[in-house]
Amino acid sequence: MVEIRSPSARRGWSESTRARASEIIKQYPEPRSAVMPLLYLAMAEEGYLTDNGMREVSAAVGLTPAQVRAVASFYTMYKRENTGRYLISCCTSISCMLLGSDEVLSAIEDESDVTAGETDAEGLISVEHVECIGACGGAPAVTVNYELIEGMTSDKARELVRWLRTARPEAIVGAECQELFGGRRSFDWGPFDRDSALGPYPAFGPLGTVSGPAGNQDG
Amino acid sequence: MSAPTIVTDRMTRYPSDSHTLERYLDTGGYQALPKALGMAPEAVTGEVKAANLRGRGGAGFPCGLKWSFLAPAKPAYVVVNGDESEPGTFKDRQLMERDPHQMLEGTIITSYANGANHAFIYIRGEYPRSARRVQQAVEDAYAAGYLGSDILGSGYDLEVTVHLGAGAYICGEETGLLNSLEGRRGEPRLKPPYYPAAKGLYMQPTIVNNVETLANIPWIVENGGDAFAAIGPDGSRGTRLFSISGHVRRPGNYELVMGLTWRELIYEVAGGIPGDRALKCWIPGGASAPWFVPDDHLDLPVTLDDTAKAGSMLGSGAVVIMDETTCTLQAAERLVRFFAHESCGQCTPCREGCSWLERILRRIEEGSGREVDVDMLLDISDNISPGLAWPPRMTTICPLGPSAVSPILAITSYFKDELMAHIHQGGCPYG
Repeated sequence: MVEIRSPSARRGWSESTRARASEIIKQYPEPRSAVMPLLYLAMAEEGYLTDNGMREVSAAVGLTPAQVRAVASFYTMYKRENTGRYLISCCTSISCMLLGSDEVLSAIEDESDVTAGETDAEGLISVEHVECIGACGGAPAVTVNYELIEGMTSDKARELVRWLRTARPEAIVGAECQELFGGRRSFDWGPFDRDSALGPYPAFGPLGTVSGPAGNQDG
Repeated sequence: MSAPTIVTDRMTRYPSDSHTLERYLDTGGYQALPKALGMAPEAVTGEVKAANLRGRGGAGFPCGLKWSFLAPAKPAYVVVNGDESEPGTFKDRQLMERDPHQMLEGTIITSYANGANHAFIYIRGEYPRSARRVQQAVEDAYAAGYLGSDILGSGYDLEVTVHLGAGAYICGEETGLLNSLEGRRGEPRLKPPYYPAAKGLYMQPTIVNNVETLANIPWIVENGGDAFAAIGPDGSRGTRLFSISGHVRRPGNYELVMGLTWRELIYEVAGGIPGDRALKCWIPGGASAPWFVPDDHLDLPVTLDDTAKAGSMLGSGAVVIMDETTCTLQAAERLVRFFAHESCGQCTPCREGCSWLERILRRIEEGSGREVDVDMLLDISDNISPGLAWPPRMTTICPLGPSAVSPILAITSYFKDELMAHIHQGGCPYG
């Protein structure tokens, strides 16, 4: 069972997060280029992107908080409002629409009692509709914390919501969700990938936003 | 004779582990790299020019020519465009997830040919599995000596950084991507003066290439540019990945030699339409492309030049099939909504125009359309894309705005009756 984190309780990054930020900055010829990965780091630290998080990023790369906010506000994946532990993103672009994505989104909204663009009172589930997520061969498709599920149906979408509510997994394993709730895929994904997403931001090793054993792609 | 495959060969033969270094090496991987490192950089560019490899991201610009425009100033950079976001497109995701070393070897060779010592792989934020597999490939390549300093004892050094986007279609536009990679809003830059080959990343000379384009490079270096140029029709050399989606029996990515007809692509490659329903229209090259209809286009050859001549483009290789049950107004609304949502907001015709178009389409769809709305759609479109020509004449910094005009032209020409039915009946005739 996961605990819902309280962002307001935190002030300032931990030493380990600061150390990770320095490592990321070193990957680029100019520190400013690290703004985007550091914004993800800030989301991982507090569950979403707070003013405090943006201040930390600005201090780390030598920009003003306003400059960092200008960047953050440009990109839809930087969530500047409290976002649920599980972010369900339903694609409603052209290919998914042709194969029933609007019904899938309605089923998700109905089962979760969360309107697209909103988060439930508990802070567990957020729902959003998104533009094309590159899963058109397995349309309709959704992601949970950016882990993909292709070949979705309205019934499976309802099951997914109920499962998130009751099982409350520590982290979202995309391959597992696909097995449980998905159908036709755009292509063979290859071996079961145990990497999993810890919150409403992409699971990627260098950002420290991924859970799972190292080198686990053949699991 | 079976059609040759270049970029999907390994993943087709070894679906369980085509993404690993072991399998890559077992199947001839990292053989092109030492060959390239033994050649002069200009000779590598020469092979790519001879191949007549055209960019697979959307614009179809000749790759070797792009490389030859690189300004001499140092440092130079190579940037891999893995920000695949054109609605209907999912081919680069497959290349990154299933054969990341192939693209990476292409990146290393490209960096060598262009004298770059730092390359960036920009992957869209919604593709975390792609990013993880590419990152693993990068780490394995460092460990095996294909990246880092003095690669394979050649004296050549290269660092690679994998960078995640954060949900902005416009970052697939190369100058928007560069701004994003610099830690800025992903707003496209004016060309001229900001051609990446002259003033790119950090205002230094930069090559930006698409994932699929780079995935072809190892094969070209190993087999020679002439061998590549011997495949497919003039102007559309090599193979090409098509992402086929919508109302077809077998959606998916298909690596094809161009030159087949649209009829063959839809009915043979993709298996035709479920329930044998009639084909209504299709988008031949991603959401930005003007639509095709059976009467005019079904027997045209699928090549870059034939598609351009017919007033559209192969673009990103995304083919979206719509059958007779499709409400074309709803489809147009969905496409225009995309461009309205993704407009970066710099240029007024795009920022205001796309959202006006979206609101008018929604009004018609909801049953409150008026006859004057048709003229208004065309008038707004003309402000974004003067003369409604193809390729578009631009009033904007980048082609995003004019892309929203493509569906408007389809519903006001091919499907005008359907549009008027919405207006006269006060709602969608499809219910």
